[in-house]
Amino acid sequence: MNATISLSRRSFIIGVAATAGGLSLGFNVPFIKPALAEGSEAAPEINAWVVIRPDDTVVIRIARSEMGQGTLTGLAQLVAEELNCDWSKVTTEYPSPAQNLARDRVWGNFSTGGSRGIRESHEYVRIGGAVAREMLIAAAAAEWGVPASECTARMGMVTHAASDRATFYGQLAAAAARMTPPANVTLKDPKDWTIAGKPLPRLDTADKLNGSQIYGTDLKLPNMLNAAIRACPYFGGKVESFDAAAVAGMPGVRTVVQVDETAVAVVADTWWRAKTALDALPIVWDEGPNRQVTSASIAAMLEEGLGANDAFVGARQGDAGAVLSAAGRTVTATYAFPYQNHATMEPMNATALYTPERCEVWVPTQNGEASLAAAAEAAGLPVQQCEVHKIHLGGGFGRRGNFQDYVRQAVSIARQVPGTPVKLVWSREEDMLHGAYHPTTRCRLTGALDADGNLTALHMRISGQSILAAVRPQGMQNGMDPVVFQGLVLSGTEGTLGYTVDNLLVDHAMRNPPIPPGFWRGVNLNQNALYVECFMDELAHAAGVDPLAFRRKLMAKHPKHLAVLEAVAERIGWDNPPAAGVHRGLAQIMGFGSYVAAAAEVSVTDGQLRIHRIVAATDPGHVVNPAQVERQVEGSFVYGLSACIYGECTVNGGRMEQENFDSYEVLRMAEMPEVETIILPSGGFWGGVGEPTIAVAAPAVLNAIFAATGKRIRTLPLKNHDLS
Amino acid sequence: MATLIINGTPRDIEVDPDTPLLWVIREQIGLTGTKYGCGVAACGACTIHIDGVATRSCALPVSAVEPDQQITTIEGLSPDSSHPVQQAWLALDVPQCGYCQAGMIMAAAGLLMQNPNPADEDINAEITNICRCGTYNRVRAAIKLAAKAGEATQRG
Repeated sequence: MNATISLSRRSFIIGVAATAGGLSLGFNVPFIKPALAEGSEAAPEINAWVVIRPDDTVVIRIARSEMGQGTLTGLAQLVAEELNCDWSKVTTEYPSPAQNLARDRVWGNFSTGGSRGIRESHEYVRIGGAVAREMLIAAAAAEWGVPASECTARMGMVTHAASDRATFYGQLAAAAARMTPPANVTLKDPKDWTIAGKPLPRLDTADKLNGSQIYGTDLKLPNMLNAAIRACPYFGGKVESFDAAAVAGMPGVRTVVQVDETAVAVVADTWWRAKTALDALPIVWDEGPNRQVTSASIAAMLEEGLGANDAFVGARQGDAGAVLSAAGRTVTATYAFPYQNHATMEPMNATALYTPERCEVWVPTQNGEASLAAAAEAAGLPVQQCEVHKIHLGGGFGRRGNFQDYVRQAVSIARQVPGTPVKLVWSREEDMLHGAYHPTTRCRLTGALDADGNLTALHMRISGQSILAAVRPQGMQNGMDPVVFQGLVLSGTEGTLGYTVDNLLVDHAMRNPPIPPGFWRGVNLNQNALYVECFMDELAHAAGVDPLAFRRKLMAKHPKHLAVLEAVAERIGWDNPPAAGVHRGLAQIMGFGSYVAAAAEVSVTDGQLRIHRIVAATDPGHVVNPAQVERQVEGSFVYGLSACIYGECTVNGGRMEQENFDSYEVLRMAEMPEVETIILPSGGFWGGVGEPTIAVAAPAVLNAIFAATGKRIRTLPLKNHDLS
Repeated sequence: MATLIINGTPRDIEVDPDTPLLWVIREQIGLTGTKYGCGVAACGACTIHIDGVATRSCALPVSAVEPDQQITTIEGLSPDSSHPVQQAWLALDVPQCGYCQAGMIMAAAGLLMQNPNPADEDINAEITNICRCGTYNRVRAAIKLAAKAGEATQRG
């Protein structure tokens, strides 16, 4: 694939002219200077993506957020690949959201979610690298008085072979920055890549080995105070009153402030003193309208939806209803998926400095521009008078993108101590009680089998919560939440069902309990894969057919779905019996633009589950860093199996019951299975890898548990079930 | 006023004796490599060494530490990331987001001091720190690599 790209879009015309102006930082409070300006004589900006210093250091700008997924390294590889620079001289920096705004969004979208980091920016970051390369060549050619076409760029050096001249990028950078960007560039065919496509080590490892990596919780600013916060634990409740005088004299306490209608914060010299005073602070809550809400009441609400007449149709083929009612043999099962908390290791936090003229925020965020918008709104200032400094995240998983509650809180607190920076850090308890929870849904599946064991009709009725309805209503389509059907739709490039069922109906009865839902890594693909893949296993057993063979018959028109499934089946040795006492399960799904499958080997002894081995396969189209893809796939099993085995936030009295890792257990080392990852990039498309594999973790294991025990687990988590 | 020996240096601190050691390290001493994850000693992000023993510092009152005890944090494990565990971590590119990794490294270094050649079962029993990104299998491999390097008992 050689793509010649026209640079007509203004965002790619990024000569020095576009960088004039920039931010005016004319205020006299100790705001920290942004990490990057627009380049300088000492470190010229070739274009928005590339700065080259005289010592040949190449600074690559990364617009997406690094939260452990490796996007920083992968995006740098893509730029470096086209730039033809020396990878050992590459370093990275984040442009800030306000700079992006001031420069007409030259870096594009900052949002880092939906496994989009690479797949939605690969083209323009590669163009950025290619344009910079051509400008460096043009600068050398001009200096030497030779045609640019006679010069080549390689390993950070431009060479003119005919005259035996060569010079390093660092010497050319200042002149290159003044060159007119080329009107078009040709991107390399991925098969010719030498930097991209390789399993290079991450660029951000060294500081994570010795404590020097700074996270949001570690930030220190001059004169900074620390805040601990408590928001009303009852969903929909608010602050009625609090007795600030009761803690005013406690050590280190500076002030006690109300934060919006819902929360109270103590500001102190240290966070521990703030938290200690907060624990002692008498607060009376207005408990709001949801005190009667429990997990049981939510389950009943969703149960009703399973049989209700009002439902949005996500996929329809033939006439499932008619075939099911006439069918000689039907199979029905109901599954359920509970609330989950993201439980990032680094609790939510943000640091804010407010004056009546300006507001600055330092925050680990998956979406710097959303943070900027939240800061401006909370500060009551024009966005041009605000700035957000992105900090490396201690985990994101969807909690730190759409939801900027901690930014709003930090700014609200900072407004009450103007001129002083305040760092707000949530306790783990606050984090658990105020999540943006993986929504709860249920699904009733009914399938019809003919005399030969073929699936002739399938109805999937999903009942439950819509994320978009709560957090992004502009994404709704005539009242329907299309994201509910992730992985189950019949067309598109994001996530199609891998089975051809002549009579198919997938519909959704929206039932929205008063619990705030959010995008939890894998989003709705998690439960949809659980539903469809466990039920396929049920149908296969009902038909008396091997689960792989049963699926194959339905997958002839879905070769990419089938290819990853076949790959895991082959690697795990599906056609040969497993070791004594070991049992296997399979699952596949498409999501976030990629095709994924998993095969699990488990044993159940005296009710004790042991997951011995996982084989996973992924086809993301193109692979930028196979080592990072492998880490994302392997990590997906930690996340997915945590949910499968332990994950459950239960509601009682209108609030969550789990407050910390002692009641919200997650997978630990002892339970971590071996994971073998097969990467099968078939080319021609770009899929994401951070999320899709999570969805196949639970169904592969649950299907293996059925093989081991004959028990069909249809509600998560496993900890609530007796496997003996 | 109390005195703590942190990374070999005696430090005078003025703090409520109930303050968890974690917050003394982070907020009084200013060493932020040791992380807060849960506050109830359930996740291990706050793991440090006290006299060479891996210890969760978030639920340990500073008053429980004796003045002559040696506290080692991630910043003091080695001066230049040269500890065999850090080197193994680098070789296998273990961290993802990295937030739990200081605690993981300190737990691993503590394990290797007690048991220079741990079996899988020993690792399972001793390394109970939580990682949400999913580095467990590389953590396990890196512990074995560090054990193979064979120096762990003489360092850190």
